[in-house]
Amino acid sequence: MPLILIGVTLIIFSMIWALGPDRLLASYIKSPEALKTPDAAERLIKKYGLDEPMPVQYLKWLGNILQGDFGYSMVGKKGVLPAMLERFPYTLELTIYAIIPVILVAIWLGVVSAVHQNKFIDQFIRVFALVGWSLPDFVFGLLLLLVFYSLLGWFPPGMVNTQFDLIMRSAEWNKITSMPTIDALLNGRFDIFVDALRHLILPVMTLAYLWWAYLLRITRSSMLEVLRKDYIRTARAKGVPENIVIQKHAKKNAMIPVLTVAGGSVIGLLGGTVFVETIFSRVGMGRFLADAATLLDYWSIIGGALFFSFIMIVGNLVVDVSYALVDPRIRLE
Amino acid sequence: MAVKRKSEFRKIMKKYWKNGTAVLGTCLLVFFIIVAVFAPQIAGVNEMGNNYQIPRVSWSSKPIAPTSEHPFGVIGGRDIFYGVVWGTRTAFRLGLIITGFSALIGVAIGSISAYFGGWVDEILMRIVDIFLSIPFLVAAMVMTTILGKGLDKVIIALIIFGWMSTARLIRGNILQAREEQYVLAAKALGQKDWKIIMKHILPNTIFPVVVQMSMRIGSYVITAAGLSFLGVGAEPGYADWGTILSYSRNWMTMLNESWFAIVFPGTAMVLFVLAWNLVGDALRDIFDPRMRS
Repeated sequence: MPLILIGVTLIIFSMIWALGPDRLLASYIKSPEALKTPDAAERLIKKYGLDEPMPVQYLKWLGNILQGDFGYSMVGKKGVLPAMLERFPYTLELTIYAIIPVILVAIWLGVVSAVHQNKFIDQFIRVFALVGWSLPDFVFGLLLLLVFYSLLGWFPPGMVNTQFDLIMRSAEWNKITSMPTIDALLNGRFDIFVDALRHLILPVMTLAYLWWAYLLRITRSSMLEVLRKDYIRTARAKGVPENIVIQKHAKKNAMIPVLTVAGGSVIGLLGGTVFVETIFSRVGMGRFLADAATLLDYWSIIGGALFFSFIMIVGNLVVDVSYALVDPRIRLE
Repeated sequence: MAVKRKSEFRKIMKKYWKNGTAVLGTCLLVFFIIVAVFAPQIAGVNEMGNNYQIPRVSWSSKPIAPTSEHPFGVIGGRDIFYGVVWGTRTAFRLGLIITGFSALIGVAIGSISAYFGGWVDEILMRIVDIFLSIPFLVAAMVMTTILGKGLDKVIIALIIFGWMSTARLIRGNILQAREEQYVLAAKALGQKDWKIIMKHILPNTIFPVVVQMSMRIGSYVITAAGLSFLGVGAEPGYADWGTILSYSRNWMTMLNESWFAIVFPGTAMVLFVLAWNLVGDALRDIFDPRMRS
C-alpha cells in the first residue's frame, strides 16, 4: 500500500516533470510583469528549482503535497486542495445516489436472469445488458438530456433552480455537509430537497445504467456457475424449497465475485462523474478535472489525478478486506 | 492429423454461425469495414487536402438540420455525414493500434514475469499494481493534457495505461498452464522446452488474450471519443465521432436543435462497440469450451 502510493505519485510527478522547465514555469507566473526583464525566465526557473535533477524536484513536490500544498488552481481560483475539498461533497452525493440502484437492481436482475436461464426474461435482460455495456456514458447522458430536458422539459440540468441557488448562497443557509439534498433537509426546506432530487435524476440514471449492465452480467455468470455445483444438487435432492435454494444456498456463494466487481464499480462511478458533471453542468470533482484539462491547468489536473487515485487505492483496500470478511476460505489462506 | 484439424475448424465455424448474436456482430463488423474501406466513395474526399479533416460547408457555427445535401446535418460548419463515415476509419485505426501495441507490451511483460519468476516477477507485478491504481480515464486525461492535442497523443496515452490487464492475464495463464498435467506429461516424455512452450503453453494462454483484445477495441474507441468530447483529444474538425459530439457542448441547453449531431455519431459508436462485444463473446465461447453451456 505505501509502495503503491509512492509509485503512483512518482508516475504522476514524472508526467508533469516531462513538461520541461519552460512550460512548467508558465504555471507559476501570475502576471506578465514578472517576465519583463531579459533574463527573468532563467532566474525564475532557478528560483523555483525547476532546473534541479528530477529526484530532488520529486522529493520537494512530495513534501509540499504532504503538507497539503498542491499548488494554485486556475479553475478554482484558489489552492488546489481547498478547491477540491469544496467540490468533493457534490460528487460524493451523486455517487451515493447512483450506487444504491446500481447494486440492488443489478444483483436482482442478474439472479432472475440466471434462474430463468435461456427463457424469454433471460434473453430480454441479456439484450438490455449488452446494449447498456455498449453504450458510452457520455452518449447516453447527452441522449437523456436531449429527451428529458430539450424535448420534454421535465428534468433540467444544473444543481438546483436559480432562486434556490440564491438562497443556498445566502448567509442564513447552514452549510453542514455541502451536499444539497441533505443540507436542504437539515435546513428544513423540503421544496429545495425535492428540486435538488429532480436535478439528480438524469445524472444518476446516466451513471447507473452502464454499471447496471456490467454488474448484471457478472452476477448472472457467477450465479450460473454456482447453480451447477454439487451442493445445490444436494440441497434440491433433499427437498429444500427452490426459493430457499436460490436465496440461501446459491446467492450467498455467487455474491463473492460480485462483491469485488461492485467495489470496483463504485470507483468506476467516480470516474464516470467526469462526463456526467460536464454534461449536466453540475459542480464536482469530475467537472473540476474536465475544466482543468481544457484550461491546461496543470496543478489542478495533477491534484485531481492524485485525488482519484487515492480513492481508488483506498477503495481497493476496502474491497480486499470485505472480501476476506465474506469468504472464510480467503481468511484461512 | 491435418484432416482432423480441418473438420474441427469446420465444426467450430458451424457452431459460430449458429450463434445468432455472433452472426449479428460479424455482420455489423463487416458493415463497418466496408464503410471504412469505401469512405472516399461514400462521403467523398476533402479537396482542401487532408481527408481526415472534415471540410467546412458553412462559416456559421449554427447547427443545420439534415437536408438531402447533408443527410446527417451540419454542426460547427462541418458536415456530420462526412465526419461519421471517415470517423469509421479513425475508429478502426485507434482501436487496432492501441489494442495491438498494448497487448504486445502486456504479453511481453506478462511472460517475462511468469518465466523468470522471483524478484523480477515481484517487481513487474508491483509496477502493474501501481499503473492500475490510477483510474484509466483520469490517467489518459492527464497524459493527453501534458502531451498536447492530437490523435497520436491519445493513442500514446491509451497504450501507456492500457497494457496492465493483458500482462496480468498472460502471467496468470502461463503459471497455471505450467502446472497442467499435459505439460508435465510432455516434459516427462522428454519434449524440448521450446516445443512445450509453442505447442502446449502458448495455445492455451494466447487465446484469452485474443478474446480480451477483441472486447477492448470497442472500449478504447469509446475512451478516445470521450477524450475528444471533453476537448482534450483530436483537434477540432477532425473526422472522429467524439469530435462531432463535442460540438454539441456549445448547444447544451437547446439540444433539440442539434439532435442529429448526437444521434448519428452516437449510433455509430454504439453499433461499433456492440459489434466488437458480440464477436468477443462468440470468440470466448469458441476458445473456452468450459464456458459453453
